[in-house]
Amino acid sequence: MDLHYMTAHAIHKLLVAREVSAAEVAEAVLARLEAVEPVVRSFVTTTPELTRAAASRADEAIARGERITPLAGIPMALKDNMCTKGVRTTCSSRMLENFIPPYDATVVVRLAEQGSGLIGKLNMDEFAMGSSTENSRFFNTKNPWDLERVPGGSSGGAVAAVAAGQAVFALGSDTGGSIRQPASFCGVVGLKPTYGLVSRYGLVAFASSLDQIGPVTRDVTDCALVLNAIAGHDPMDSTSAGYQPPDYRECLVPDIKGLRIGIPREYFGQGLDPDVERVVREAIGLMEELGAVVDEVSLPHTEYALPAYYIVAPAEASSNLARYDGVGYGFRVEGATDVVSMYMKTRSEGFGQEVKRRIMLGTYALSSGYYDAYYLKALKVRTLIRGDFDQAFKKFDLLASPTSPTVSFKFGERADNPLAMYLSDLCTIPVNMAGIPAISIPCGFSQGLPVGLQLMGKPFGEETILRAAYAYEQATPWHRRRPSLEVQQ
Amino acid sequence: MALVTISKADVEHVALLARLELTEEEKERYTQQLNNILGYMEKMNALDTAGVEPTAHVLPMQNVFREDAARPGLPRELALHNAPQAQDGMYKVPRIV
Amino acid sequence: MEYEAVIGLEVHTELKTNSKVFCGCTTAFGGEPNTHVCPICLGLPGVLPVLNKRVVEFAIKIGLALNCKIAAFSKFDRKNYYYPDLPKNYQISQYDLPIAAGGYLPIEVNGETKSIGITRVHMEEDAGKLLHSGESISRSPYSLVDYNRTGVPLLEIVSEPDLRTPEEARAYLEKLKAILQYTDVSDCKMEEGSLRCDANVSIRPVGSDKFGTKTEIKNMNSFRALQRALEYEIQRQREVLESGGRIVQETRSWDEAKGITVSMRSKEQAHDYRYFPEPDLVPLVIEREWVEEIRRSLPELPDARKERLIRDYGLPPYDAGVITSSRDLADFFDRTVALHPDAKTVSNWVMGELLRLLNAGNLDITRSLIKPAGLAELLRLMDQGTISGKMAKVIFEEMFSTGKDPGTIVREQGLVQISDEGELAAVVDRVLAGNPGVVEDFRAGKERALGFLVGQVMKETKGKANPGLVNKLLKERLGSN
Repeated sequence: MDLHYMTAHAIHKLLVAREVSAAEVAEAVLARLEAVEPVVRSFVTTTPELTRAAASRADEAIARGERITPLAGIPMALKDNMCTKGVRTTCSSRMLENFIPPYDATVVVRLAEQGSGLIGKLNMDEFAMGSSTENSRFFNTKNPWDLERVPGGSSGGAVAAVAAGQAVFALGSDTGGSIRQPASFCGVVGLKPTYGLVSRYGLVAFASSLDQIGPVTRDVTDCALVLNAIAGHDPMDSTSAGYQPPDYRECLVPDIKGLRIGIPREYFGQGLDPDVERVVREAIGLMEELGAVVDEVSLPHTEYALPAYYIVAPAEASSNLARYDGVGYGFRVEGATDVVSMYMKTRSEGFGQEVKRRIMLGTYALSSGYYDAYYLKALKVRTLIRGDFDQAFKKFDLLASPTSPTVSFKFGERADNPLAMYLSDLCTIPVNMAGIPAISIPCGFSQGLPVGLQLMGKPFGEETILRAAYAYEQATPWHRRRPSLEVQQ
Repeated sequence: MALVTISKADVEHVALLARLELTEEEKERYTQQLNNILGYMEKMNALDTAGVEPTAHVLPMQNVFREDAARPGLPRELALHNAPQAQDGMYKVPRIV
Repeated sequence: MEYEAVIGLEVHTELKTNSKVFCGCTTAFGGEPNTHVCPICLGLPGVLPVLNKRVVEFAIKIGLALNCKIAAFSKFDRKNYYYPDLPKNYQISQYDLPIAAGGYLPIEVNGETKSIGITRVHMEEDAGKLLHSGESISRSPYSLVDYNRTGVPLLEIVSEPDLRTPEEARAYLEKLKAILQYTDVSDCKMEEGSLRCDANVSIRPVGSDKFGTKTEIKNMNSFRALQRALEYEIQRQREVLESGGRIVQETRSWDEAKGITVSMRSKEQAHDYRYFPEPDLVPLVIEREWVEEIRRSLPELPDARKERLIRDYGLPPYDAGVITSSRDLADFFDRTVALHPDAKTVSNWVMGELLRLLNAGNLDITRSLIKPAGLAELLRLMDQGTISGKMAKVIFEEMFSTGKDPGTIVREQGLVQISDEGELAAVVDRVLAGNPGVVEDFRAGKERALGFLVGQVMKETKGKANPGLVNKLLKERLGSN
């Protein structure tokens, strides 16, 4: 198999066996990146020098006979909302087009400690607001499985790069499904960890109480390896849990006998594409064959999750994005003669339509006289949504559902109707509202496009999720499928 | 509890609070879209949340502190590196008020 | 119509921590602009706050010192507004669940004690500093921003509208300052901005229990400014009402040079801070045990100390009040008394010479070159008769300006008192011989003539004669006849 399509654990074996050098891996992935980038367009910035430097450090360590970490010399990419010291971090926004952070996000430090080499920064919906990456202020990223379709969003660049062989793995961020939904659209593995498991320090905030960073990988084993690298307490993040994460490789056991899996009936309702439902139900059937005990469950407040989310997330965003004002960093309009007009013009030109829409929505929801009706109400709904999951997890170890009610859609198809776009996040949003972990893994195809299976777990239940995902993956071929990108190499 | 519909004047007020300068076309569009979206939010009002505690944080965490120790910050060149305009080691902004 | 004023104060004080409230930058005053900054206090994309534990300790300490109830559950909120000194365009503050509330502070004005309610004490972060290119903010075509103070911890202490006169407001602020200094949580330097005060002022007819429309007064940078600004504003409001006008609810700025308050018109009159719980910080659950531990660590507070000085040393309440108004002054007093146990004399010197010289030089006791040991030594020399009281005052001034110890000054200037009877007798005789008329007057019953003769002896000896001895010698020679 081509080096650029290999998983990190497979490459690691070759490196350790000295069958291939990290430099060769780096060059192969860099060549692939260059070759498919003109059609896929995953990257906002590329950093080949950093990839090569990490590769040569890995090769030197191997030459010295040292033990290398599982991610040493592996080319990886970051969604462009994670701060990288000296490498511009744009959030795919005109506002931060030239912003060069003077510091590294905690996840960046941790991957550097692993010896993994940054290959570039990935396109996204502006400030992570969107479900198709069409809200990037720079360009559209294409779905490698069908270049006329969206990769999903907001981590569209991350999943497209991993699916197209442009990076071995990537980190995305997930506020309402932004890792899982695109992972399902592009046939890769995407995990949103429990809120507080991975440090948010250095992740440009969208909605602070919902945001989590997670791995985007080609299989579940890589997911466990990357999670090992990035999970764990960080004193720089007050919301980072004191939880001591286990070695997630140890849950890569293909055994789910007796595992109790609940099927939330509300996730199979209106709007679910029948063929997607068929594929997902087949996947659940297979898990049952593998020994899982499957039964239906109700999460009665599911329908309220979406409206509550679209209050909480924009409200927090309206405050988090207030700092982009043209004073200390980022875009500033020319020629404003007073500071208020400088603010207003800078923000109007610096932000795109979706970001402005959400800032308006969130500002309104927090404004005098409406706080109780919207924001406080939404926080109470949040309590009820958590309660639903708490109840369900008394009876079940995991919950399974489609990740998205549809497969990837065509560019422009939903661009004119923000509400319709919001509704497509129905299955992923409750997970963020409750702070629980969930994974999307490839579970088949519909109309030739990948379908994702979402497995949701208890808080800090990543081990159970990974074990079930691994067992399913080992019994199916989907994770080995690659898009047939017709490019000259 | 019936929620208020948003007028164009509301949109203008919110835009000022959010420091966004909107074109006439944007004002019209946001008025319509926010009404649509907030109309959908009315769904929440069907739910009785009396006696329900709000969840501001999903993790049951409390009392996260750091010790009171000073450590070096950024060199000034780096602090000002991204500034659109700087002068005399400070950030420069146009007339205030 | 007779009016009375209704005044409430909002006091902000910077806390004396090593590092800022949410990041590790130093809180040291001064420093080149933008050199005490990091990604966190600059509000760069992606950064997160982590709460400095000492800030909470200090807040609890002040809450206790102001007789507040300490919250069992407290949290931080974001206060959203745009201003160039606020890098995130929101301030992390506390809204509905402040760390402490419901306290009181007794003050004394004209010998009467009055209790002023403390509404709340809450923690927040300070903003940065703006430097204007022109003479005023609105006349400057541009301004420069220094974020060194951004993120320095602040306590906001809000009083009930219990104050009725500018004197009471001043007494309240002075008392509050004393408490902040006693508890060692703040330097309280108004000139450096580590103690700031805004006032809400309204007036109403005497006897009314309704509040009038209030104005908020800002930019009062000294106790004197507070008092003057309030006096002005009360008078202004009275004139507006008496001329049939109405008070406009607004923020006004004190103009120190012109001695007036001026309306601050802002583009955004309708403030809407859109407070909501700070999602980047977790709540505070304050254990009783922690509160009690802090309570035990509280130092003796001004009122208790004042009582002690009255009780143990018999000081007049006024003197005890002045000495304990500053922890440093009271410490100076206590340390001096420890070395020279005549408390009343020590008090007289502190209240008299020391405060006179400090006030004249606009100095703080901590900057005084005179130390307790020096004053005690001076008083000992006086007790021993080595120097006279008059000499002591001269020496004290020398000590104050040079920091030399009194023994050295006495030696250098030859200020030792002449207590040798033979030596003085010769001078006395010479004076008597040279002033026969005065001697006559004395003998004719003019007691005051004696004072003149003493003065002549002192003049002859350049003030070094032991006054007691001079009196004795004169009387022997004059009265025995």
